[in-house]
Amino acid sequence: MDFVQNFPAVSILLCLFGGIISSGLRGKTARYVNRGLLLVVTFLSLCTLCYTLESGEAFVYVMGKFPAPWGNEIRAGMLEAFMAFFFCIIMLLSLEGGKKKLVEEVEEEKVFLYYVLIDLLLASLLALVYTNDLFTAYVFVEINTIAACGLIMIRQNGRTIEAAARYMIMSLLGSGLLLLGICMLYDLTGHLLMSNIKDQAAMLYASGQYRIPLLVTIALMSVGLAIKSALFPFHAWLPDAYGYSTVSSAAILSSLVSKGYIFLLIKIIYRVIGFEVFYDSRIIDVLFAFGLMGMIFGSVSAIRENDVRRMIAFSSVAQIGYIYMGIGMGTQAGMAASVFHILSHAATKSLLFIAAIGLTDVSGGSRKFIDLTGGAYRNKWAGVAFTVGSLSMVGVPLFSGFISKLLFAQAAVQNGTKMLPALIVLGISTVLNAIYFMKTVIRIYTPVEDSAYESVTFKNMKLYGLTLICFIVLNVFLGVSSQPIVDLIERGLTVFS
Amino acid sequence: MGANLFANYGEAVAMILFGIGFGNLLLQSNLIKKIIGLNIMDTAIYLFLAEKGYISGRVAPIIVDGVQSMEAYINPIPSGLVLTGIVVSVSVSALMLSITVRLYRRYQTLDLDEISTRLKREGL
Repeated sequence: MDFVQNFPAVSILLCLFGGIISSGLRGKTARYVNRGLLLVVTFLSLCTLCYTLESGEAFVYVMGKFPAPWGNEIRAGMLEAFMAFFFCIIMLLSLEGGKKKLVEEVEEEKVFLYYVLIDLLLASLLALVYTNDLFTAYVFVEINTIAACGLIMIRQNGRTIEAAARYMIMSLLGSGLLLLGICMLYDLTGHLLMSNIKDQAAMLYASGQYRIPLLVTIALMSVGLAIKSALFPFHAWLPDAYGYSTVSSAAILSSLVSKGYIFLLIKIIYRVIGFEVFYDSRIIDVLFAFGLMGMIFGSVSAIRENDVRRMIAFSSVAQIGYIYMGIGMGTQAGMAASVFHILSHAATKSLLFIAAIGLTDVSGGSRKFIDLTGGAYRNKWAGVAFTVGSLSMVGVPLFSGFISKLLFAQAAVQNGTKMLPALIVLGISTVLNAIYFMKTVIRIYTPVEDSAYESVTFKNMKLYGLTLICFIVLNVFLGVSSQPIVDLIERGLTVFS
Repeated sequence: MGANLFANYGEAVAMILFGIGFGNLLLQSNLIKKIIGLNIMDTAIYLFLAEKGYISGRVAPIIVDGVQSMEAYINPIPSGLVLTGIVVSVSVSALMLSITVRLYRRYQTLDLDEISTRLKREGL
């Protein structure tokens, strides 16, 4: 066994230990531990990525000494390693961008708790990405939920606690369904390891036995994870949770936490149920339909919103809809488009949240559109970054959002029956996106005479400015040189199953 | 179908309980009732697992008297899953209760909908 194969397990354990150690440290030290951890995990994931790219296949790492049908396993392929790498980068940038706000909004003696939660969140995300055991996935889903709930309510005001309560309730409903699905699947197949379940599920499906229980199981797990990742009718908790928590939390929640669940769903589709069985179950059409509805309704709600943070939050609902639409197409191309959109949305949405906070800070802390007028002149970098994020969300070439829309459209054209609804809704949703994002961009670039608010220059916010530049570069990079990444995703998805 | 339902009455009860718990967690507006719903829901899943994992006439796989035949014992994994699940559900219940305490101290009510309307009025 090569040394690199230890890295995924080590990075999960490092994060867990980091969380435990940080609970006894002061705020600043905990921050250093967290940053060091993030850098180390980024490096380890990069090594794993290079290793898997070189070998061209996934490897299985046995946790403990028990072999396959009994023990616990980690499985890492290029897609998993790339996801882990990307998640770490986004998390690092989101934390740096929101650092100043965190100091202002969270009581000083509680800052270390924030980093404890972040470490645990990272551990659970990595575990969701790497694990090959369904019940382990469930346990880490719960850890993820608890950590995310803490991230929402670490900034103490009535709104965040209420949002945390609502988030928790929806998440618990979702994980209840997921757990029931897993238990029923265990009863049907007798296994908890994903690869073993897949063999058994394929046999069951071929023999035609237990057709209805299998269908119920697939439905329970899909709906559970859809609730947890805020697919359209289950998104009621989302705007408050993203809109009022501290900005790093909002960025991390929208770009990573919900994506972790979606990645788990993709894993379940490919590695647990099997793509063909899942496709035949027609659950995929339900996901497709709700994805389409989410694209429209999320955007409509965003247009009606008068608060910039909540507007961005509603836009997340629409973007989650895109991802589910891609999954719902039931083709390899649709799935690849969804995975690319996970990346592109993660890069763009965290950029938007971080940029929006810069704009509201130079507008007296107000998040109403009327007060944001001319904000881009008072904080030039935030203005540019917000514009880049908006253009990317709308789908203008050069930016990452364009590529994902292109991939979605290509996938739709290849699909006979779903082509028309997908293309129509994609078009409508793009127009709606343009309405609310361009409205905001025009608003922040409308000059005001003798503004009451002070402007800031790059000198006063070096770290923040640098974070924004990194985000912009990441976005343009995804948009300009997308082909290698799309190739990687397609290769990864083949290795995946 | 009906005969199967009667033979597997334990699982059927578990599913009914799951439905009750799920409905309570989703629809009640009182936070404590929601938490009770959550616990009913989780416990129903453990009942389901325990019911599925037990084969009557067999015992837990602890070897006494040198009996090593596979026929004498049940599969221990469902019980292990139940234990793990209980740990998870205890921690989420604790978290939910702590959120409830926070909200009650701030608003003197347990009604989540009323808290929401009051927040809107505050315009915070």
